[in-house]
Amino acid sequence: MPEWMVILLLIVAKLGLIFMVLLTLAAYLVLAERKILGRIQLRPGPNRVGPFGLMQPLADVIKLLTKEDFIPTQADKWLFLLAPGLAAVTALLTFAVVPFGPPITLFGHEVPLVVCDLNIGVLFFLGLSSLAVYGMTLGGWASNSKYSLLGAIRGLSQLISYELSMGLALVPVVMLARSFSLTDIVMAQADVPFALVNPLAFLIFLISAVAESKRIPFDLPEAENELVGGFHTEYSGMRFGLFFVGEYINLIILGSMLTVFFLGGWMGPFLPGVVWFSIKVLFVCFFFIWVRGTLPRLRYDQLMHFGWKILLPLSLLNVILTGAFLLWRQG
Amino acid sequence: MATWIFYILGAVAVVATAMAVTRRNPVHSVIYLVNSFFALALIFYLLGAPLVAAWEVIIYAGAIMVLFLFIIMMLELSPGEEADRQGPGPLQWLPVLLLGGALLGCTLLLLQLDPAGSQELPNWYASPRDFGYALFHEYALAVEIVSFQLLFAAVGAFYVGRPASRKERSGGER
Repeated sequence: MPEWMVILLLIVAKLGLIFMVLLTLAAYLVLAERKILGRIQLRPGPNRVGPFGLMQPLADVIKLLTKEDFIPTQADKWLFLLAPGLAAVTALLTFAVVPFGPPITLFGHEVPLVVCDLNIGVLFFLGLSSLAVYGMTLGGWASNSKYSLLGAIRGLSQLISYELSMGLALVPVVMLARSFSLTDIVMAQADVPFALVNPLAFLIFLISAVAESKRIPFDLPEAENELVGGFHTEYSGMRFGLFFVGEYINLIILGSMLTVFFLGGWMGPFLPGVVWFSIKVLFVCFFFIWVRGTLPRLRYDQLMHFGWKILLPLSLLNVILTGAFLLWRQG
Repeated sequence: MATWIFYILGAVAVVATAMAVTRRNPVHSVIYLVNSFFALALIFYLLGAPLVAAWEVIIYAGAIMVLFLFIIMMLELSPGEEADRQGPGPLQWLPVLLLGGALLGCTLLLLQLDPAGSQELPNWYASPRDFGYALFHEYALAVEIVSFQLLFAAVGAFYVGRPASRKERSGGER
């Protein structure tokens, strides 16, 4: 086999593996969420399909695929069809820059365990997370329903507000690591993870990440007792499924980002890097589910005030303090 | 190869912008404009400026157009609803045509006089670190002036959007 073919095969195998793992993990995260929420609320959760309900995701997919794909008469047809795809694709693409392990050697070739180590990886993540707004917004607008529109407007303003503090919470990380590349950021945390070096940035990023994932206590865009289903009220079948899967992929992405930026990525004693990375990401996902099972929903004005009047000034202050600290340490 | 990609991207940008101008539905215009920004970002990438490409997507496609979309949705134009008034007549188009024509003429003249571009691209186009260094050393004064301008704008917006005081409110009731 020629040289380039081996390299090509390795790349294709890596992409396929990441795709499979990500989608399967998203499907099982839904099950895990229902199980854990069930336990928190003193009920068993889904346990009928397969042993311990383990076949539940498969049953859900079959149900979604065989359901009628309904388009409202007054809807903007093309945008209505396109929006769920946009939501899922932007979530999937973000994983391209996430390094999930140290480079390994296969068939005499060094394979980095990241799809593409961009030197502007942080900006790539921020760019895609700002584009992720479009899927939700266009879906909500194209449905031509007042509940969808209200949900979309709420989601839009919420995501814009919290993206700012999320981006600003990453500035100290970039200053500490002196690089925009996610691999370099992980390497810079070989001794101490940034969550301990800069706990304030970690806290701000954590809160903003929960807000970005549109989950309780920030699930105003789909508050079901006010807005029916929010921006995806009019969606059915697999199109609703795409929104749903996109949301859980997004959860994994945010977990990976928290791991890479603050929890030291794949760094850890004894176990191999990929295992450490998975443990950390799954723990962050568990934390998100735990928060959902514990906290009540915020009111809309509380959400906006918290974002603009507390988180944003705090993250700006943190940038200045980190800069001052770095200058002082340099002497 | 790069030339072909450039021509494809250029065509996409021009067609998308033309569609953005001619669509009746404002949300469709926004989507075409976002496509046009994507094409521009890729052209920047092709020119060896990945940083500018990233900012084109984050700031223009990700922030400014989202705000446009937000305003359009606040106006509550539903998808079935067409704008009912007539489009702009030739008199309204005239200034735009003149300005656009002048811009196109300048571009063609520039291409004719200096096809290759006389200056080489500086190094800081590509690397974030060099870019930051150039920004805060060579262009520090300009950066400070622009940031003060943004501060003024923020203070102004805060002043205009402040809640009405008690005196003004009672004046409104009279």
